[in-house]
Amino acid sequence: MTDTRRQSPSGLRAVTGRIGSIAGHHQSLTILVGLALVGALLPLISAVPPFSGFGTQKDWVGGFADAGVFVLLAVGLNVVVGFAGLLDLGYAAFFAIGAYTYAYGASTFTGLQTPFWIMLVAGAVVAAVFGITLGAPTLRLRGDYLAIVTLGFGEIVPVVALNADTYTRGTNGIVGLAQPNAYGLFGITSFPITNPWPWYITVLGIIAIAFMILYRLEDSRLGRAWVAIREDELAAASMGINTISTKLLAFAIGASTSGLGGVFYAAKLGVVDPTQFHFDVSFTVLAMVVLGGMGNIWGVAVGAFVIFEIQHQGLKQLGAFIQSLNVPVFQVPVLGSVDLGGINFLKFQFLLYGLALVAMMLLRPEGLFPSRQRRHELHEVAEESEEAAEDTSEAVKGA
Amino acid sequence: MTDNAKPPILVAKGVSKHFGGLVAVNSVDFDVPQGKIVSLIGPNGAGKTTFFNIIAGLYEPTHGSVSFTGVEMIARGRRSWAEPLAWVVPPLIIALIGLIVATAASSTALAAVTILVSLILLISAFLLAIARPPFYLRLLTRLGIFRSARPNDMVVAGLGRTFQNIRLFKTMTARDNVMVGMHSRMRSTPVDAVLRSRRHYREEKDADAKARRWLAFVGLAGKENEVARNLAYGDQRRLEIARALASEPKLLLLDEPTAGMNPSETAEMTTLFGRIRTELGLTILLIEHDMRVVMGVSDRVTVLDHGEKIAEGTSQEVRANPRVIEAYLGKAARA
Amino acid sequence: MSRPRPSLGRWRLPVGAVIALVVAFLIILFGTLIGPEGTIQMTLGRGVQLAETQYINALTVGALYALVALGYTMVYGIIELINFAHGDVWMVGSFASWWVITSLGVSGPITDPVWLVIVLILAFSISMVATGVLGVIIERFAYRPLRNAPRLAPLITAIGVSYILENLIENLISDSIVTIPRPIPNTELNLGLFSIGSVNLFVIIMAVALMAALHLFINRTRLGRAMRSTAADRDAAQLMGVNINQTIAVTFFIGSALAGAAGVVQGLYLGYSQFQIGFYGGLRAFTAAVLGGIGNTTGAAIGGFVIGFLEVTCNVFGYGKWSEAFVFATLVLVLVFRPTGILGQQQGDRA
Repeated sequence: MTDTRRQSPSGLRAVTGRIGSIAGHHQSLTILVGLALVGALLPLISAVPPFSGFGTQKDWVGGFADAGVFVLLAVGLNVVVGFAGLLDLGYAAFFAIGAYTYAYGASTFTGLQTPFWIMLVAGAVVAAVFGITLGAPTLRLRGDYLAIVTLGFGEIVPVVALNADTYTRGTNGIVGLAQPNAYGLFGITSFPITNPWPWYITVLGIIAIAFMILYRLEDSRLGRAWVAIREDELAAASMGINTISTKLLAFAIGASTSGLGGVFYAAKLGVVDPTQFHFDVSFTVLAMVVLGGMGNIWGVAVGAFVIFEIQHQGLKQLGAFIQSLNVPVFQVPVLGSVDLGGINFLKFQFLLYGLALVAMMLLRPEGLFPSRQRRHELHEVAEESEEAAEDTSEAVKGA
Repeated sequence: MTDNAKPPILVAKGVSKHFGGLVAVNSVDFDVPQGKIVSLIGPNGAGKTTFFNIIAGLYEPTHGSVSFTGVEMIARGRRSWAEPLAWVVPPLIIALIGLIVATAASSTALAAVTILVSLILLISAFLLAIARPPFYLRLLTRLGIFRSARPNDMVVAGLGRTFQNIRLFKTMTARDNVMVGMHSRMRSTPVDAVLRSRRHYREEKDADAKARRWLAFVGLAGKENEVARNLAYGDQRRLEIARALASEPKLLLLDEPTAGMNPSETAEMTTLFGRIRTELGLTILLIEHDMRVVMGVSDRVTVLDHGEKIAEGTSQEVRANPRVIEAYLGKAARA
Repeated sequence: MSRPRPSLGRWRLPVGAVIALVVAFLIILFGTLIGPEGTIQMTLGRGVQLAETQYINALTVGALYALVALGYTMVYGIIELINFAHGDVWMVGSFASWWVITSLGVSGPITDPVWLVIVLILAFSISMVATGVLGVIIERFAYRPLRNAPRLAPLITAIGVSYILENLIENLISDSIVTIPRPIPNTELNLGLFSIGSVNLFVIIMAVALMAALHLFINRTRLGRAMRSTAADRDAAQLMGVNINQTIAVTFFIGSALAGAAGVVQGLYLGYSQFQIGFYGGLRAFTAAVLGGIGNTTGAAIGGFVIGFLEVTCNVFGYGKWSEAFVFATLVLVLVFRPTGILGQQQGDRA
């Protein structure tokens, strides 16, 4: 969990601050440079002492490529939850839809061999289609009714994938998904399973494009309409915003980002099966968004990275770390002898994950890197004069 | 009103609204002549805001209809309960046909194509129900399941409004609030935003300049980058008016715009109303419960009590009307 | 302007309920009679008999869901939080009842009525108090500090608490299905028109009694009044001297205790529990609460029974594994026509 030092709060805030201050067309450049820097520096972690012991550089880079998928999911959900303020608890469904789309488009199951790069677009479009189909009848509902409908949808998609076994091969899942082809670029034809580097670079590229699109949308007429709806839906409608179509657009864009992630994930794994897309994926992504700081694209990306690494590295390494400390077996009055080294921390990973979620929320309810607007919302409730004054001075400075 | 040759901009006929057993508005006939300031007054709970919300497209009236700029915008359809069917039935039929054809199809490819086509049809059906193009609305009206125009439709048609309890977008800056007001008059699409097309740049620049002008017009020059919730109370009221003006309305609905203001602020506000009419040529419909505020500025005053229209006329006529005096003083005497 | 309330005629609800129950029976009967090939597969008498059993099962499952749904709806009503940990509180309740029943040495049906009553009272009271206290603790440490935080923050802690509870039970008690001995002897009681299993009868009566007690508590007591006023307007209630913290804690206690009762019922009726039932069962129960109109206790009860019937209907028609999809489709359909659920208040947003 400490391998995020590259993106320590102060450093990140400087980056976001710069992005905020540089004019519109420099934004994209900042994203490219920022991601290129992060992308170049992250793999170096495998050489830094405590982390070097956790795995080879290849393991690390492969893990980062998976983390990239979750970064993509989180920034997509951020559009729905952070920008438009719609509570979507079934986000994994669109991830699944993207993944199955790839399985249908490029596997031995259907016999089709559509190139990965086309399937990326196709997956995004199909996921958006499903997003609109789900959203159209339900987006008129108030927030929490929407939550249960999306939660239900998130559960139905795996159930359908499980039970419609003629079309999805049920629990076995669809195997033999085609590898992406780089057409000889950098001497790679087919992405190898053993070498994570092409995957890592590809996911960075996808993230960069997604970032640019989302940043531009946020800073536009549509972005303002989303925030207006989040703040006061009724007033937004009374100012001429078609709330249904605006919310639907947020839903579709979120879904398509998730679909992109699904296609990439399916191609990397080479297998899709229903168990990969259960509710914990939706909840995890939501936690990433909330922890990162709703509405802040970079913050959400960092939140996703942190939570992913906690889940996939931190908890695993904790056991090994405690074992390495050689804590002697000690006696506790009621419980008897306690052998910390003997505890299988992997068994308790969800407990620790749950504790981490609760603790992080209690410490920073507004997330690690709240967007400026979210901070205002929070302080509005806190209603403390000094904080209000601080906000004012900030706003003046920003002017 | 016979003193105006132009047709009235807004006509409400026999509008009623029932909430369960409560009759909030009871068959009110009402019109707003073009270019005038018309006031709607009445004691608290007289149904003014409910009536206002019906005009703004927020509530559907139980009976009656509202025409705006000569078009009937708001009326309860004979079968308005069937409106959700318009959402559900076409997509369901499409999905069913798609499923049947797909399962009966001989080859996987054919099945896949059918599923894709039915998905596209499904979405068009939904989009139809959302976007409500004119032909779709005409069809619904003919079937008697037309539901009233939504608030955003009314804004597009040229109606701007403010709220009794200020409803700004609190965490946005004053400038952004006004720019949201311009939403319905802007044309750039999300694609423009992603590609940063020339239209996007031009429109954003225009909107920014216009927003500054509107803020200056209501007296908020220099406060463009203040976050709305940090503005003083009176400034928030002004910002709400600027936001409504930014949607380029023909008729401006102001819901108790001077509530909670002291006499000097109130006087400034009424000056602003006069300027909106003379400099911008807008028609204003003003709601107040305090009679004194409206007397100076209104061309015509309508009085509501217990959801019914009890008087209409010039300030002097209304002030002299015994039913109005009873409604106000009777209330005051009891309170 | 006061909030518009749906004006239900005095008898509309009961009459509607009776009609719905009859229709549900006919549908189940139809499903029982019709075989997979669309042919009638048994005599009418046999069909009615089987359908009766299924019908009673639906009522029992519905009662179970209704009890859990009440907790969701109460918490939502008072602090507008989707309490994701609630399903797991129910799961903990079922494990508590397993612990009580096994440590009393019960391993099967008890024939001695006095001992049976003692066992049941102990199981219910201990489980309900345990889960009630658990609910209060969760509220105190995970939700109360976040009462003024952004709305999604407590939702995330709720998810966190849910993981914690599941993992604790999984690791400390059992990571697989535990069998809960059923103390009530299962006999068919013939009630003239139809016969009903003793367990089913007990479960239904227990659930209805608890719901009636809750109804009386909310509407007739001082604390109930405090709960209602807090739900309507927390700030105003506070100004009127209502102790908000205490009221919310009481709400959590009662909601969680009802989940504890549902946990005991789970053991009595289904005879097993597992650390994961909290999520899936909780999802159903939450769906029930939303279907009925979240925030409305009567609605939660109705929603629970509706979902019980939907599930059983799917089973008799032979589409058991699709019941989740069916429940979900029904939910979406209901919400399209009544955006706030069956009994929810139609929101007239005050401008």
